[in-house]
Amino acid sequence: MYGISRRGLLQSGVAAGVLAATGLPLKAQTRGGKFTAGLSGANTSDSWDSRTHSDLFMIASCQGAVFDGLTEVAADGSLIGELAESWEASADAKTWIFNLRQGVTFHNGKAFGADDVLESLQMHLGEESKSAAKPIVEAIETMTKVTDHQVQFVLAAGNADFPYLMSDYHIMMYPAGQIEEAIAQGIGTGLYQVTAFDPGVRMTASRVADHYKGDSAGFFDEIEYIAINDNTARMNALMTGQVDAINRIDFKTEALLKANPALRIQEVTGNQHYSMPMLTNVAPYNDVNVRKALKYGINRQEMVDKILLGHGAVGNDTPIGPANQYYNTEMDQLAYDPDKAKFYLQQAGLDSIDIEFSASNAAFEGAVDAGQLFQASAAAGGININVIQEPSDGYWSNVWLNKPFCACYWSGRATEDWMFATAYEAGVPWNDSQWDGDDSARFQELLLLARAELDSDTRRAQYYEMQEILRDEGGVIIPMFANYVQAVNNRIHSPDVVGNLWQMDNARMAERWSVA
Amino acid sequence: MRSILKIVLQRLGLGLVTLFVVSIVIFVAVNSLPGDFAEAILGQGATPESVATIRRDLGLDQPLVVRYFDWLKGMLTFDLGTSFAQLNFANFGGAGSVTVAEQIAPRLSNTMFLATVTACIAVPLAVFLGILAALYRNTAFDKAANMFTLSSISSPEFFMAYVLILFLAVLNPVFPSLSNIFEGMPFGERLEKSMLPALTLTLVVTAHMMRMTRAAIINLLASPYIEMARLKGLSPMRVIVKHALPNALAPIINVVALNLAYLITGVVVVEVVFVYPGIGQLFVDSVKIRDIPVVQACCLIFAAAYILLNLTADILSIVSNPRLRHPK
Repeated sequence: MYGISRRGLLQSGVAAGVLAATGLPLKAQTRGGKFTAGLSGANTSDSWDSRTHSDLFMIASCQGAVFDGLTEVAADGSLIGELAESWEASADAKTWIFNLRQGVTFHNGKAFGADDVLESLQMHLGEESKSAAKPIVEAIETMTKVTDHQVQFVLAAGNADFPYLMSDYHIMMYPAGQIEEAIAQGIGTGLYQVTAFDPGVRMTASRVADHYKGDSAGFFDEIEYIAINDNTARMNALMTGQVDAINRIDFKTEALLKANPALRIQEVTGNQHYSMPMLTNVAPYNDVNVRKALKYGINRQEMVDKILLGHGAVGNDTPIGPANQYYNTEMDQLAYDPDKAKFYLQQAGLDSIDIEFSASNAAFEGAVDAGQLFQASAAAGGININVIQEPSDGYWSNVWLNKPFCACYWSGRATEDWMFATAYEAGVPWNDSQWDGDDSARFQELLLLARAELDSDTRRAQYYEMQEILRDEGGVIIPMFANYVQAVNNRIHSPDVVGNLWQMDNARMAERWSVA
Repeated sequence: MRSILKIVLQRLGLGLVTLFVVSIVIFVAVNSLPGDFAEAILGQGATPESVATIRRDLGLDQPLVVRYFDWLKGMLTFDLGTSFAQLNFANFGGAGSVTVAEQIAPRLSNTMFLATVTACIAVPLAVFLGILAALYRNTAFDKAANMFTLSSISSPEFFMAYVLILFLAVLNPVFPSLSNIFEGMPFGERLEKSMLPALTLTLVVTAHMMRMTRAAIINLLASPYIEMARLKGLSPMRVIVKHALPNALAPIINVVALNLAYLITGVVVVEVVFVYPGIGQLFVDSVKIRDIPVVQACCLIFAAAYILLNLTADILSIVSNPRLRHPK
C-alpha cells in the first residue's frame, strides 16, 4: 500500500507513543491539593473555541488542562503522542497514518474516535474560517477514517514535521456532532473538567477521576486560573500568597520576589525573539554588504543587558532558538565590530550611510530604546541611523512589512520548517525581509528539501546550513532572544526540566506540576 | 405633591435629551480612537485583506452616520447589540454568542455591589465625621480629620490602594489583595474580598462629603434660629443634629449623590488594581480591543447613572426643603 519508511517510523512516532503511555521517566509526584495561578493574556471575548486562542490564559486553560490535541511537545522539546498513540509516514512524508488512543472519553461520556479527529480538523477549513491554524490544515489534501481508531492524511506536499504541527494549540479535539456544545461548555478529553468559566475573569476545573494519562500527569485535584492582566496586581497576588504561580514577572520589582524565601523564579530561553527586518528588495538593503555592515554595527550583548535587563540571550540573526530541535549550537556568534562594519560599507562602495529605523513599543517593550542603542553603536562604523518613533496603533498594518527597516517580534515556532514557512519562505505574506531573490536561492532550495526529509541527520545538516546562510546573508537582524520569566510558590513542585516553547512550562502547569 | 411630579417629569425629559447629546459625543469620540477592532484583534496578522474582511463582517465599512443611526435604533429598543469579539468568531451559526447586555449585566451588578458596600461605609462615616468636625471646629480633631481626608483624596487612587495593600494585605494579612469575586460566592466571603477596594474608595470619596457636611452645618450655625436654640440651653450636639442638620441636608444629599455616581463610573483604576470583575475592567478590556458596542454601552450606562443620581439628589433636596416643596 504505502512504503512506510523504517527510519520515519522509528524517528519519533511509535517509540514516543509507547514511552508516553507507560509514563516511565516521571518521578513519583503526589496527587491532591489545589493549584491557583494568576495569568495574563485573558480577555472578555475568550471562549473554548481553540481557533481563536492567542494568549496564555486560554492556551493554559484549553490545551493545558481541558482539551487535548493529537500530539504534544514534551518539556524537553521532544514530540510525544497525546490522543494519537503513534504515527507513521510514507517515504515522501506525504501520507501519514495516525493511530488513535483507545478507550478515551470526552467529559460528557462520549467515546473519542476517528470521526472526532476529522470533524475537529474540518473546523479550521472553509473560506470564512478565521482560524490561525488554517494554513496547517489546508495543507492536508484528503483525510480519511481508516478504522474507528486510525486516520490517514494525504498532504499536498511532503512534510516531515506534520506530527509536530498537530501539536499546535489551535488544533484541539472536539466531540463530533457536539462541537457547538463543547465550545459553549468546554467539553474536551483533557485531565481537568471545567467547573466554572467566566471569560476574562477566571476558570476553575477539577481532575477527571479516570483519565487515560493515569497517574503520570495531572496531579492536582482542582485548579483555578485567575485572569490578572495588570503586572503589579499579579505580583501582589503572588507575594500575598493568593496565587501559587504567575507568568511574566515585572523585572523592576524582581528583587522583591527574589528576597522572598517562599518563592522561586523560573527562567527559560525559548524561541521568542525580537527582530529587525530589512526589506531586501529595497535599496540600500538589497546589497548584502550593507546588510553585513549593519549586522556588525549592532551591539547585541548591550541590548540583552539594557533592553532585557539580562533576561535573554544574544541572537545570531536566525529565528531558530534553543527550543528548536535543530538549533545550530556550533555556529560562530556575530559580535559588535565597527571596523568590520566599515569594511563591508567600503565593499558596498560607501564611506558612510544614512538610514531610517522605524520602531514602536508595539513591536516589543523597549524597541525605541533598542533603536537608540543601535544608533549609538552603529555610528562608530559610519552608519547613521535615524530612529523614527512610530505610533503603536496600526503598527502592524502600517509599519511592519511596509517600512524598509523596522522593529518586530516573533514568539517562535516549535519546528524550524514552521518558522521558516511563516516568515522566510519565498512568497509567504509574512516574509518580512522579502528575501526571495537570486541570492536566497540556496536557502529556499534547502527549505523545500528539509521539509520532506525524514532522515534526522540529513535534516540537521540542512537546517544548520540554513541558519548559517541566514546569519551571513539574511535580511533580518535578530539581536536577542527574550526569556520567559515566571515565578512559583515553593508550595508547588515543578519538574527539573521546564518547557521553553511557551510560558509556564508550555502552558501545561496543570498537567506537570504538583503540590510539593 | 403635584408640583414634584411635574418637576420629576420635566427633569426626566431633560435627562433624555442629555442622554441623546451624550450618545452623539460618545459615538464620535469612540469612533475617533486611532485603530479599530480589526487591527487590534489581528495584531501582527493585520494584512489588508483580513482587516477588510473583518470590517465588512462587522459593518465597520459603513459611513459613520449610518452606523450611528443603526446604533441609536438599537438603543431605543433596548438592544445593546452584540460585541465585535463575539460576532467575529460566531462561525457556528449565531448560537452561543453573548449579547452586550448579557455581558454587562453581571459586571454591572458586581460594580453596584462594591458601590453599595462603599456607600454603607463611606456615607455614615463622612456625615459623622462632618458633624463632629462642625461640633469641634477649629480644634485639633477638626484639623486632623480634615488633613487626613484631604490627603487621602489628593493622592491618586492606585497609590491609596497600594498603601492599603501594603498595610492590610502584606504586612498584616487581614484582607486579601485579590478581589476576584464570582457568581455564587457566599456573601461573607464576597464582602471580605471586596473590603480593600471598598476601603480605598471610601478614602477617596469621604473627604468631599465630610467637608460639605461640615461647611453646610457651620454655615447654619450663624443663623438666628440656631442662636435661639442655643439660648434655650440645648446641648451643642442636639443643636447640630436636631436643628442644623435637617436644614443642611440639601447640599449634603447633592454631594452624596455625586459621589455615589463616582462610585459607579470612576472605579476603573481601583477595579484594575484589585482585579475586581466590575464594569470598569470590562470597559478597559473593551477599549483595548476597540470593541465599540461594549464601550458605547458602558459609556451610556455611566452617563445614565450620573443623570439619574443627580435627578434623585435634586428630588430629595426638594423633599427635604419645605420651601421648595410648597412653592408660592
